[in-house]
Amino acid sequence: MTYVIYAIAILGILGAVFGAILAIASKVFAVEVDPKQAAVRECLAGANCGGCGFPGCDGYAAAVANGEAPVNKCVAAGPEAAEKIAEIMGVAAGEAVKMVAFVPCSGTEGHAVKRFNYDGPKNCQAAMLFGGKSNMDCRFACIGLGNCADACQFGAMKIVDGVAKVDREQCVGCGACVDACPKKIVKLVRYDQFVEVACSSHDKGAAVNKICEAGCIGCMKCQRECPADAIVVTDNLAMIDISKCVQCGHCADICPRHIIKFQYKI
Amino acid sequence: MGLLTSILSISLGAILINNFIFSQFLGCCPFLGCSSKVDTAVGMGLAVTFVMGLASAICSLINTYILVAETSIFGVDLSFLQTLTFILVIAALVQFVEMFLKKAIPSLYSALGIYLPLITTNCAVLGVVLLNVQNSYNFIESTVYGITGGLGFLLAIVLFASVRERVQFAEYPESFEGFPICLVTASLLALAFMGFSGMKIF
Repeated sequence: MTYVIYAIAILGILGAVFGAILAIASKVFAVEVDPKQAAVRECLAGANCGGCGFPGCDGYAAAVANGEAPVNKCVAAGPEAAEKIAEIMGVAAGEAVKMVAFVPCSGTEGHAVKRFNYDGPKNCQAAMLFGGKSNMDCRFACIGLGNCADACQFGAMKIVDGVAKVDREQCVGCGACVDACPKKIVKLVRYDQFVEVACSSHDKGAAVNKICEAGCIGCMKCQRECPADAIVVTDNLAMIDISKCVQCGHCADICPRHIIKFQYKI
Repeated sequence: MGLLTSILSISLGAILINNFIFSQFLGCCPFLGCSSKVDTAVGMGLAVTFVMGLASAICSLINTYILVAETSIFGVDLSFLQTLTFILVIAALVQFVEMFLKKAIPSLYSALGIYLPLITTNCAVLGVVLLNVQNSYNFIESTVYGITGGLGFLLAIVLFASVRERVQFAEYPESFEGFPICLVTASLLALAFMGFSGMKIF
């Protein structure tokens, strides 16, 4: 009988002692979290994508609560969240421009010439080991093995016909794909920009002609015909100056290589 | 056998010969769950080492002075309570360490913090304290066994994670995708560790 009493007593005391220690510890070692930080954290997307430039959503929430970061950096949660956060922090939200990823390459299967059949790991970085430009003849072509799609946490990237394609509605503009692309061709563009040049090649026209049916040859037609003088061909590649662009879409209609593309339908 | 030699043989045994994962099959869930990247594997391994060392030391003291009849301050044999008490101690300890780290060493907390709650229910931790009792190790030997057992876990999980990182680029039958190929890898590693079995010093 004494055993039972001892057992119960000692276990009970041990439990009580540990409980007391933990209770005291939770008071002594309590880390105060700014209530603002918790409220800001609630508004964020919670994907820990790193698009804001801070280590995870918690890091960004802490920076916002301390007043060290602007309230509109969470691209994943969008402008609504920026407004909510601004309300919590008592500041103006400012304009958060929605950005989306864009892959400026049109060298789909059959358009771009391949140097050889690549049969290695399904990874762009691995393919890049072959001469620094993978199995594509064009130095600027999308390899299409999907490093960007792997990096995307929002399921907005997929490989269609050997070129990465962005789902503009799914994309939140975090830029994870931009960092993941070993050729550094993926870029962020404004969501409301109507036309984009879907080629990255700075090679001379004659060289482009040999290796890709859908590459910018720098013919200057768009530059000549643009009513707003928004297009300049620099370094053998048409570039749209979005501050001048009037979104008429004329360049997309007249491009002989069909690489200036509408980004959405009106 | 002097203390130094016993410590040496305990360490060698815990890390290589009787590796917690590969020959005792303790702590398999974090081993499989936390080993997809080397970074997380290192974090998990360090957290396990930390908790195993601490738990061994504290449980050894509690076992000696409260539970075992000959040395107990109460003079009663309560060794049948060992498993229960140890679970209580480990759970409380992990909670306490988590709170302490959060306040005192935030950088360590951010490195190990997310793994700590996972360790509460890790069988390797309970296993090491029960093995301490079974092998009737004293306080120092228990602590050494705890820490080196953790190091053995660290070695195993880091080796496994680095193999796993490479395996995903390898070509294997589609039906092996995911856990099957991991288990094959783990068993091959365990086979390799079998080479140490039977080794003895002194």
